[in-house]
Amino acid sequence: MKPAIELKDVSFAYDIGPPALEHVSLAVGEGEFLGLVGPNGGGKSTLLKLVLGLLRPSSGEVRVAGGTPQESRKVIGYVPQYARFARDFPISVDETALMGQLGATRLLGGYRAADREAARLAMTETEVLDLRQRPLGTLSGGQLQRVLVARALAGDPSILILDEPTANIDMRGETEIFDLFKTLNQRMTIVVVSHDIGFISRYVTRVACLNHTLLCHQPVPLGLDVIEKLYGMPVQLIPHGTTCKTEAKP
Amino acid sequence: MSAFLEALAGHAFLQHALAAGVLASIACGIVGSYVVVKRIGYLAGGVAHTVLGGMGIAYFLGKSPIGGALIAALLAALIIGWVSLRLRQHEDTIIGALWAVGMAIGILFISRTPGYNVDLMSYLFGNILMVPRADLLLIAGLDCVIVALIWLFRKQFLAVCFDEEFARLRGVPVDLFYLGLLLIVALTVVILIQVVGLVLVIALLTLPAAIASQYARSLAAMMLTATLLGIIFTGAGLALSYEPDLPAGATIILLAGLAYLLSALGRGLWLRWRRTTTLTEAKR
Repeated sequence: MKPAIELKDVSFAYDIGPPALEHVSLAVGEGEFLGLVGPNGGGKSTLLKLVLGLLRPSSGEVRVAGGTPQESRKVIGYVPQYARFARDFPISVDETALMGQLGATRLLGGYRAADREAARLAMTETEVLDLRQRPLGTLSGGQLQRVLVARALAGDPSILILDEPTANIDMRGETEIFDLFKTLNQRMTIVVVSHDIGFISRYVTRVACLNHTLLCHQPVPLGLDVIEKLYGMPVQLIPHGTTCKTEAKP
Repeated sequence: MSAFLEALAGHAFLQHALAAGVLASIACGIVGSYVVVKRIGYLAGGVAHTVLGGMGIAYFLGKSPIGGALIAALLAALIIGWVSLRLRQHEDTIIGALWAVGMAIGILFISRTPGYNVDLMSYLFGNILMVPRADLLLIAGLDCVIVALIWLFRKQFLAVCFDEEFARLRGVPVDLFYLGLLLIVALTVVILIQVVGLVLVIALLTLPAAIASQYARSLAAMMLTATLLGIIFTGAGLALSYEPDLPAGATIILLAGLAYLLSALGRGLWLRWRRTTTLTEAKR
């Protein structure tokens, strides 16, 4: 299996503070669906930024699709956590999805018919085509997330990277969007960052646990011992679907 | 009002003033929309005030003050842009410093300029009634440059304003377009200084666009609305100030400020009313 993403002994430290990542080695094969889990501040977002080429490693090497992250940006579709931009920005769903074509379209003037077609296909796939005229600010959390996935897909990526895609979505929306990722996984490599180990383990092919260094990467399901090591404390597992009942006292 | 219209037919200076208002509104509608959605009003303020330094030096050397303003504005935009890209955590301190130092340089040089004393007030608050024909052509030329640049690179400017990180990942040279946007802001500031003066530049750059942002569903619609509003404010400001002989620039800005206040209040009340009615309907 050819690696789509490969990190070789990567360390990274920001200007201030302790190292965010230490000696991380990880290979993500083509067609894999990798879940990246770990506590807040554990370096998940830093690792994504290294793969996207927004940061350069202090030591070690990052390769994406056989090239440097900067060379391979065009094959990556990236879905950020949506709090990055102003919700009241005057922009429609259509215009947002079209931005996925920025790397492929012409330099001057507006978008071409081919760009609009690519965006239309992407919006169809994520089921937001009927929202295309709507301003972004009027969408629900789940709808917005699908638009951002459409924007990433419009660039026709072979690797899809998602940062906490369900942070602002309810349980039902979460299941629906992961079903979509499962379908997309048939034709592209997917890396998804999440703090919800239990939920994603039903979808991903492998989980990588990150807390400054790579603690494990292994097929699902994870044992309790691994999760306790990840969080550095005893944890209790509650399966999804469990409803908490408050028992009425007689 | 009729006295204003009569005067307008008879006096070239009023026609020039009206034309200057329209030309400036085009630039402020388009560029102001970017300033508002990208939230760089303070940055634009920094550029606007640094301009006084360039004007003062140009005056001292006996050169055209608008040329000095242009050079100072472009220089300030590049410095501030570089600072905001590289030293983000010190951005507002450095903008504040440039702001003050630029003005101080301007005042120092103007005070040392031999001959009759330059009317500082007209640079601070502008004098739309004294825009010469040559400046009108210059403003029209700058308008054309702005419209052409933004037309050609509208995809990139939108992407950079909306989501810098994503634009960078799609291969857009974000730093270049961000600096380009600031240079365009600087050009616009130079245009607007002729009309309303530099203290009030920020108001005309942001108020029409801010009102438009409350209603517009796309950046293009926002630019168009802001431009029309700018034309209305400058036209109405000129008409209102003519008979009582009020300062035109200040009248224009007060009008724009009042419209913004009313629009924001009205919209707030409307949203509140809509929320309560949906809530009552939901309760039924």
